[in-house]
Amino acid sequence: MEQAAGRAGASAAGSSASAAGSAKHFDAATRRKAEDLVSLYPERRSALVPLCHLAQSVDGWLCPDAIREIADLVGISPAEVLGTATFYDLLHTEPVGRHVVSVCTNVACLLRGGEDLLAHAKTSLGVNAGGTDADGQFTLEEVECLAACDRAPCVQVNGRFFGPLAPDDFDSLISDLRDGKLDDVVPSHGVLSRVPRDVGLAAGMSGARTSAGATPGSGSEDRS
Amino acid sequence: MTVTSAPKIVSSRFRFDDSYTLERYLATGGYEGLRKALTMTPEQVAAEVDAASLLGRGGAGFPAGRKWSMLRKAPVRYLVVNGDESEPATFKDHHLIERDPHQLIEGALIAAYAVGAAQAFIYVRGELALGLERVQAALNAAYAFGAVGKNVLGSGFSIDVVLHPGAGAYICGEETALLESLEGKRGFPRIKPPFFPAAIGLYGEPTVVNNIETVSNLPWIITNGGAAFAALGEGASTGTRLFALSGHVRNPGVFEVEMVKTTFRDLIYAPVYGGGVRPGAEVKAFIPGGVSAPWFGPDQIDMPLSQEEVGKAGSMLGSGSVVVMSDQACAVRTAWRITKFFYRESCGQCTPCREGSGWLEKIMHRIEVGAGRMEDLDLLMDVCDNISPGVTWPPAQTTICVLGPSIPSSIASVVRMFSDELLVHVKEGGCPYA
Repeated sequence: MEQAAGRAGASAAGSSASAAGSAKHFDAATRRKAEDLVSLYPERRSALVPLCHLAQSVDGWLCPDAIREIADLVGISPAEVLGTATFYDLLHTEPVGRHVVSVCTNVACLLRGGEDLLAHAKTSLGVNAGGTDADGQFTLEEVECLAACDRAPCVQVNGRFFGPLAPDDFDSLISDLRDGKLDDVVPSHGVLSRVPRDVGLAAGMSGARTSAGATPGSGSEDRS
Repeated sequence: MTVTSAPKIVSSRFRFDDSYTLERYLATGGYEGLRKALTMTPEQVAAEVDAASLLGRGGAGFPAGRKWSMLRKAPVRYLVVNGDESEPATFKDHHLIERDPHQLIEGALIAAYAVGAAQAFIYVRGELALGLERVQAALNAAYAFGAVGKNVLGSGFSIDVVLHPGAGAYICGEETALLESLEGKRGFPRIKPPFFPAAIGLYGEPTVVNNIETVSNLPWIITNGGAAFAALGEGASTGTRLFALSGHVRNPGVFEVEMVKTTFRDLIYAPVYGGGVRPGAEVKAFIPGGVSAPWFGPDQIDMPLSQEEVGKAGSMLGSGSVVVMSDQACAVRTAWRITKFFYRESCGQCTPCREGSGWLEKIMHRIEVGAGRMEDLDLLMDVCDNISPGVTWPPAQTTICVLGPSIPSSIASVVRMFSDELLVHVKEGGCPYA
């Protein structure tokens, strides 16, 4: 996991954001993961969304300091990172609960009780869609189709699927989450994939872009 | 009821609990297609896919082989696999991603070899956390096995494959929006022409974008030959296809069926597929290919699952998702919810789509909740006509991408098929199904 990091990070150093002297938000391990991500793409900015996911895996949301550091890593302004991030539903630029509970009400779920389930979820959690409960445990969302229509009405918690759910099933799910019984299945919000890439670019990017701003081909060194 | 004996091409491993592991994959013929492809020239591989007449499985149904052939000779070419499956009621790629990640990786490698790509990206929608974990684990295993990376399986061909997570935006399934997203930008579809990323794609370089199911077919096609694939189905609709069946059926799910030889009735009623509608209910309408498609009624249920036939009848097989509404469903509410989806997901670049979707959502909503006016029925069609002049099929386009022209489909269907239901909502001041 180590070696691709330094290479990619080094060529980022001169960017304007770091020249402005922004404080580093990521710890050393996160910074290394971030630089690994950047090294996978022919152009640095491609790593923007993966870096936002990385920041959310640490903080639970995309905070301003993380945005500044991501801007520094990909070589654009923090405003551009924010402007891009707000386009995407999964990137939260405001704090959310430890568990983001997403209830689908799109067509397949609608036909199988998704709206009733959402109404129940509001009552059960005591929040409206978009709201977070008082102790910061649960944020409720009404979402568009999650591609799990064979499990309608379906719910996601931090990206993990549950369904079909009757109102009683929903309450036991919430209760299990509250009691930490599902911690192995449902990591805290922001943790997308728990499987890291364990190799850098191995093939070498023959003929790859080497224009200004791009990361040159990395040759064939494997990680060991 | 017809259930043909066609082989399972992309879902053959779904019966195994460990279908996503390298061990199971190798024990069931995995990476043999790639091994064979690497003994052929890239042109021969492309010719085999041409012979299969494989139509893209993402929604537009464009011939995969022809997409490849448009790639100019260029030093850098990219392959992008589109796994941003977000068309409502579409969940076939979700199954392929979670349950057979090696198959799609092998397919991507075959495609990359055929087009001479320097690097491949697999873009998976960010909601599929388990899918992202399964594909990354499979990629790690494939690198270690030697199927990805430098000198693939000792052939001299080298390729890197990078898994890229999306972050929640329907529009990123549109291939030029997906490329923008992959470049780290907002997912705004690009202005056409050029109509295909083959000319100007990722980072401005020639790029092929293929759907997950499309590439998942490639290992079988190379192993068994394009002719064997083309022998299945009929006419331009060759092979088998995954259909995602949802709504008021007994067994919603993903089913691999032979094209053309199977009808909507087979898919909805056969015990091995949908198992029929819920007890005591009948089919009121069904959507044949994702919510962008105009609806069909019970009188069209015997139509074959054929891209041409469905197209001629004024709709599309699209993304292969069939939504069944029983007589217990409110057509107005269903169409309103679909319209609300488009309103939320319009990227906002083009006025007809951005503004029209909001107007339509508001009008549909007030009809559904009992505040509709008689003149709303004409107003609905007027707004639809401004988004897609004539409200025809295939739809006319006033926008950069096809999201806009897809918006009128459900509303025009309700006006055409269920105008009485709309009138009841207006006259009685509310939803009779509520």
